[in-house]
Order: sequence, then structure tokens, then C-alpha cells
Amino acid sequence: MAEESASPSGPPAERRDGLRLAIVWVVASVIGCVLVYFVWGPHLPPGAMSSSASGQQQDLAVLGTIATPVVLGVLIYFGYAVTFWRAKEGDDTDGPPIHGNTRVQLSWIVVTSTIVLALAVYGTYELIAPAGAGGGEGPQPIWKPNTSNILQVQVIAQQWAFTYRYPQYGGMETTQLVLPVNEAVQFNVTSLDVIHDFWAYQLGVKADANPGVNNVAYTTPQHTGSFTVRCDELCGLWHGAMYDYGQVMSVSGFQAWAQQTETQLAKITAALPAYALTYDPTVVPTLGKVLVQLGLTGAGGGFYNPNDPEQP
Amino acid sequence: MAIEIQPESAQAPGGGEPRAPRSARPWWLRPAWHTALIGAVIGYLFGHLLGNFLGAGYQQVTHSNDNDMAIVLGYLFLILGWLIGLGVFNDLGRQMLGRPISHSGDEADDTSLARYFRYTLDHKVVGIQYLVGMITYFLTGGLFAMAIRTELLSPTYHVLSASQYLMVVGEHSTMMMMMMSSVVLGPFGQYFAPIMIGSKRMAFPRIEALGFWLTPAAYVILLSGVLFGGFPTGWTGYEPLSDQATSGMDAYAVAFSLMGISMILAGFNIIVTYINYRAPGMRWSRLPMFVWSMFTVSFLQVLAVPVLVAGLYLMVMDRTWQTANYVNSLGGSSYLYENLFWFFGHPEVYILALPGFGVVSEILPVFCRKPLFAYKVGAAGMFGVALLSWFVWQHHLFDSGINPDMRPLYMLTTELISIPTGFIYLVALGTFWKAKVIFSVPMLFALGMYFNFLIGGITGVFLSDVPADVTEHGSFFVMGHFHYTIMGGLIFAFFGGIYYWVPKMLGIELNERLGKIHFWTMFIFFNSTFLPMFALGLAGMPRRVFEYATNLQPLNDWASVSAFLLGGSMLIFLYNFIWSTLFWRVKAAANPWEARGLEWQVSSPPPPENFKFIPVVLSGSYDYGVKDAPPVMADLNPPVGVVAAAYAGAGLEA
Repeated sequence: MAEESASPSGPPAERRDGLRLAIVWVVASVIGCVLVYFVWGPHLPPGAMSSSASGQQQDLAVLGTIATPVVLGVLIYFGYAVTFWRAKEGDDTDGPPIHGNTRVQLSWIVVTSTIVLALAVYGTYELIAPAGAGGGEGPQPIWKPNTSNILQVQVIAQQWAFTYRYPQYGGMETTQLVLPVNEAVQFNVTSLDVIHDFWAYQLGVKADANPGVNNVAYTTPQHTGSFTVRCDELCGLWHGAMYDYGQVMSVSGFQAWAQQTETQLAKITAALPAYALTYDPTVVPTLGKVLVQLGLTGAGGGFYNPNDPEQP
Repeated sequence: MAIEIQPESAQAPGGGEPRAPRSARPWWLRPAWHTALIGAVIGYLFGHLLGNFLGAGYQQVTHSNDNDMAIVLGYLFLILGWLIGLGVFNDLGRQMLGRPISHSGDEADDTSLARYFRYTLDHKVVGIQYLVGMITYFLTGGLFAMAIRTELLSPTYHVLSASQYLMVVGEHSTMMMMMMSSVVLGPFGQYFAPIMIGSKRMAFPRIEALGFWLTPAAYVILLSGVLFGGFPTGWTGYEPLSDQATSGMDAYAVAFSLMGISMILAGFNIIVTYINYRAPGMRWSRLPMFVWSMFTVSFLQVLAVPVLVAGLYLMVMDRTWQTANYVNSLGGSSYLYENLFWFFGHPEVYILALPGFGVVSEILPVFCRKPLFAYKVGAAGMFGVALLSWFVWQHHLFDSGINPDMRPLYMLTTELISIPTGFIYLVALGTFWKAKVIFSVPMLFALGMYFNFLIGGITGVFLSDVPADVTEHGSFFVMGHFHYTIMGGLIFAFFGGIYYWVPKMLGIELNERLGKIHFWTMFIFFNSTFLPMFALGLAGMPRRVFEYATNLQPLNDWASVSAFLLGGSMLIFLYNFIWSTLFWRVKAAANPWEARGLEWQVSSPPPPENFKFIPVVLSGSYDYGVKDAPPVMADLNPPVGVVAAAYAGAGLEA
């Protein structure tokens, strides 16, 4: 990097070290960058299943491409140093007393600062352009998708399962997350007990589920298929088993599924607390209490008796 | 309790008092670790009783059948009893009664083995106590890591139950975090802080010894959490999960704050020592890099750790007398804990990185036989890292929903930190330029540190970038990242420091061949353990889970087997360390590496008061290959004019 290109000028023998290093570094970097961006880039996680996922994939590829010459530069330099600049047998004299080199130091600082500032600018662009990059944005999101046709999905986390409520479909609560393709989705993530984290891996969505807080995240699925949902914040005993699988369907398939499920669940929905952005799990409607006691439903905050199984 | 026993203490600061003869009592009647243990047991029982009495109305703390008040008070009185049993307060009591301070210990002449088990005020004894203590911490934490990797051998079959797994994860992470913050500052910081600046002692020997003796108590308390079934939160202790947890959580809160207090004491002492106890001629511009790293780290500890202690205190309040600081539904906020914890937690990360930078910067010039390149840039880099570390903590909370509009700012500050960190690499690359590299064991570890930290640092940039972080946050990618920076950086530097400095500390050489075997096994298996974790994280495996997707099993098995072999390489180190120091005992030369550092100009091990005379420092310690470089130090009888030259220009600092 700066070190190689601005090596201290001196006798020809020294100049050759810098030149050799620079050539090896430039060749290796060009090959490395091409490989990382064009060969590895399209296969980087989390894939391209949604707008935010492909944004993250693009971001990882760009970061990897910028990191490649930096890593290669340091490694090639160290490799060269330990190969060619080792003390010979029986040579116990000291090396040349170089205390510093203003030009090298200055160019190092300038080059690293430029890279870092460029990265920050690019990261900010990638964050804002695709509506918050799929991360949790708190109760009042400032970066929203550029459309009014947004499917609302509430993600309710509790120990140790996720449930999903669809306010546009009568506030029904399902145990499986189903989404239509090519439609913007707004996740309203909240929790009934401790902090969880809603991570739809292939969708590139991650948002903490905080008790009493609504945390909003956006994405737009681009392909149909199934995806994994995992809890990504340590939430107690069965954190490791808190996962399920979601489905991205065609728009017509989703409509059919939603209407059918809404009718199916109508009776249970009536027993649920009214749809709200946050819930107090100690407040359960009377009908809900009866149904839970009869063992007919666990929805609405009663999946586990708080004392069973006991927390470690 | 053992307070009536003839106490043990060092000479009074200033040393003007007449010296009483050393206690004639046999060792088992003098305050030491065994009387401290008795004090601790009595203290715990007393505190537990008191807590049951006070907290009778609070029996039903969440889902626990224990009374948390009793547990916490038990721990606090355990600490008090431990310190009383050690004789920490004996001199204090004597002073309050108007009696002369006991000089029975007369540390300077006491060379008995027993002083290593007592409340001894000699900084060299404390350094070795820390060394053994921290290695014990490290190996215990390592055993927990082996248990984690055993469980992760299979995605479905469980060796440990869900609660056991969380207990092991919590114990491993908290123990390692507590240990890492003192692993260099403890042994090498305490031992060499005075010697490297030409001082005979630390500023506050009692505080220094107290700082060490809190760590065994913290170790025991943290491990006692196992008796309550551990704690389910990992080292972060997020609320409100930690309100919900049973009594193991109390062990976490008390042990972590106790270690925090030890860190504050040690940092405070080091700051005062460096400012006030430098020998004549030891200008700020001549301070070794290791001293700079200890200096900056101490500031971070003194300023950041109180936030942790406060945060944990609020947690204990929630758990015992049932306040609601962190309970959202009752007006508290779980965000408050996250903010407090990471406001400590991010400077803490650099408390773990900077000492490593210091150690390798110290080793590099000696084995490159060259001056340190760009010394001032390196020191500025440490200051820059220390300063910026205060402005980045919310990058742990990018997806939490706090201040989403501030995310670009925290992304910028986090990425800015890579500039001063880059200075450390500039120093290394420049020092290597046309060097005469000698591949001693410390040098190998230093090289390993630069390699590992490069990967750790670059992946840190990936994590600082918000869109990329949405994928990486809370996954095994983060695990890989911080194991590369902390274990690959700090622990490699720590082992480099052991091979570099232990000959000085103990006057005994460590076996070089075994040292090289240790390095290569550790380096290879470290990388093969933690490199796959980046892939695992990007493939969607969250942290702290015991079940994962079945297609990730090959990589997990690879990491597990490598981890076991990595554990095996620690056994090579242990064998080398024990056999070299106890059985082979090859005497080390005073200056085996032909280094210019001040600590190498005295005998191995250093004489009781470090220097016969107060040394006069004549030049910086990195002038390798400089023709006519003055010697590093002179005693009080140097050639005429040399001392005057050393003072000149030093101004008020000298």
C-alpha cells in the first residue's frame, strides 16, 4: 500500500525491494479483487431473495473487494520481510537505524483515511437507499419504501416462539410467516417478555424484539421460496430452538392463503387482544382466558406457562 | 476471623519508621490465603443470614425459590471476610489505634515462597501472583469453551441440557472477559510498570495488592454461579432476561463488578505511577510503547468501568429489593441497560486490544534489531483508539431500534477507529523494513498477533457497516471477529510477553523448542478453529445456540476438533511453563535478548528494589543500530555532564 509505493529512496539495492513488493502486490490485488467481486460476490450471503438481502450482498461484495488489497498488502509485506530480511547465521549486528519517514507516514495516514471515509459514505448510501437495509429502525422509521402499498405484519416474540399478526386480515395471528412476492412488507417487531431478535436470514431482515417497544423493519421479497426465521438474541433456556420457517408466495397464492386462514382463525382472533403495536401480556381478554384455560388456544401470550419450564 | 493474628505488611511509604523485627510466628498463623478462606466462609454465612432476615418480604423474586437478597449480601460479606482474613485492614486498624504500622513483612529482604500467598506489597510479587492467577482464569475459561464445542459437534444430539449449555456459555464468556481485561495489565503491567520507568515501586502498593486479591474472590464467586445452575444471559447480562434468571445471575453481577473494581484500582495506580514516578531523564518522548499502552488502557479502565459497576448495581437492585430500573412495563427501560453496558463494553474492547499492541511493539524492535518506526505515530495511535472508543458503543445496537437516525454517525466513528489502529500496523511494517529479523519465540507470537489482528480488524470494518451488519449482527461472524481480536490479538501478545519477560521475572529460561511447538500448534489450530466461524455466521448461525441447521455440521465439527487441538496446545505451554520453572531451571542471563529496555539492564530476576540507585535515563530504549547511542541508563556516578545533559530539555517533566 502506501508503504510499498512510497518506499524510502536509497541505494539501488533498497529500491529493488520496494519495486518487487509493489509489483507482487498490484498483480495479486488485481486478481484478488476480480475474484472477490465477480466470482465470489454473486454467491455471498444472504442471497438475493429480497431487496434488503441483495443490498447486503452487494455491500459485502464491495467491502470484500476493498479489503482484499489491504489484507494482501500487509500479508505480502510480512511474507517478504520474514523471507528476505531475516538475520543471517552469526550476524549479530543491528539493522539500519530508521526512526521514521515523514513521506511514508503521511501517505499512510492519507490513504487509510480516504478509504475509511469512502467506506462510511458508501455504507450510509446503502443504508438509506433501500429503506433502512432491513434493520430494525425503532418505532418511528425515517427511511421507508417508496410506495403506499405496504403489507403490515406484526412479529410477536415470546419465550420461545414467534407468532405473526396480519392487521390487514382481521388481525389474525398465525404461527407461520407467509409473504407475497414483490410487495413491500413492514415488520412491526415486538416482544411479550424479554429481548429477542427477529432474524429472517434469507430476507436480510434483522430487528430486536423489545418488550413494550415497536421496532419497524422493511423489505420487499423478490423471489418465492421458503426462508428461515431465527431468534438472534439470547433469550433464555430454549433460545437455541427458537426458529421456524417462512414462505414467500405468489401474490395470488398469498391472497388465497390469507383469506382462507382468516376465516379459519376467526373464532380465535375474536379471543385475542385487539391488535396494537405493543402488548402487556398480563392483560388478556376474558374470552381469551377461558379458551386458554380450556386448552383450545395458546395464542395471545400463553404459549408457555411462565413457570414451566423453569428458567435456569 | 483472623484479625487478631500478628499482621503482615510492608514498609510504610517513605520508610522513615523504625522497623520492628519480623514476626516470629509460623506461616500458618499469619494472615494468608488460608485465613482469607476462613474469613470468606464466615462472611458468606453471616451475609446470607442477614439477607434472609432483611429480605424476608422479598422471597418470591421472579422464578427463584432463593432469596436473592441473601445471596447478594452473602457474596458481599464473603468479599469483606476474605479481605479481613488476608489482613488487608490490619495496618489501617493499627493506625486508627495510634500504634506504629507493622513492618514484620519487610518485603525487600523477604524472599520466602510464602509471600506469594500473602497480602504482599512488592509489585514484583503482585505481578507473579497475577501471572499465575490469570493463567488459572484462562485455563478454566478454556475448559468451558471445550464443553461448548463438544455440544456443538452435533446439531441435534445434546451432550448438555439446554440450561447446562447456557450455564457453560455464560461462565466461559464472563470468565474470559474478566480475565482478558487484566491479563496483560495484571502480570506485566504491575511487574514492569515501575521498572520500565526507572522506579523502585508503584505509587500505591496497598491498592495494587488489593487489586490482585480481589481477583481470586471474583473467580470463586463467578464459579459459584454453577451451584445455582449458572446464568442464562452470556457475558452481556441483557435485561429483562437477567431479572427473570435465578440466583446464578447474582454471582455474575457481584463477580463482574468485583473484577471491575479491581480494574479501576489497577488503572488508577498505574496512571499515578507513570505521572509521578518516572526516573530522571525518562521523558514522555522516551517512554516505551508498552508504557504508553498501559497508560492509555488505565485511563479507559478508570473512566469506563464505573459505568459497568453502576449498571450491575441497578440490576442487583432490580433483583433484590425489586426496583424496576430495567422493566419496561413499570417505567424502566431495557434500553437503559443496553446503553450502560455497551458504554462500558466498547471501551472495554479496547482495554483488551491496546495492551496487546503495547507488548508486540515492545518485542518488535528487539528482534528486528532496528529502532521502532514512527514512534510518535504509534503512541498517537494508542491515544486515538482510546479516545474514539468512547463514541462507538451504539454499533452494538444497530438493529435494536435505538436512535436509527444516528446509525450513520456510529458507522463513521467505528470506521474511523481503523485509522489509529492502522498506525500500529504502520509502526510494524516500517520496523520490518530491511530489518534483521530473529525468529525467537516472542517474535513468532508477535508476528502471529499481527496476522490474527489483521483478520480481526478487517472483519470489524465489515461489522461496522450497517447493511452488512444486518446479516452479521449476533451471528457466528461476530464470534469469529472478537475471538480473532481478543484471543488472536491479546492472548498471542500475552504469550509473546510470557516468553519474552518470564526469563526476567523468574530468572529462568523457558524451553525454546517447546515454545516453538506451542506457537505453531496454537497458531494453526487457532486459525482453523475461528476462521470457519466467519463462514458459519454468514451462513446464518446465530450465537449461543445449541441447535443449528444440519448442513452446517461439517464446518462446526471442523471447528470443534480444531478447538480441542487448540486446547491441547495449551497443555504444551503448561508443560513447558511448569517443567522449565520447577524442574529444569536453566538460569536466564540478565539480558538474553540484548534488548535496550530499562528492565533488561538489571539482573534476572531484578534485585529487591529494582535498582541500586535511582537510574538516570540517557536515551530512548529503541535506538538499535544507532551509532554512538548513549547507554539507556546510568547510575548516580556517570561521567561529568551526562546527567546534566539528561536533565536538559526534560524541563519540568524530569
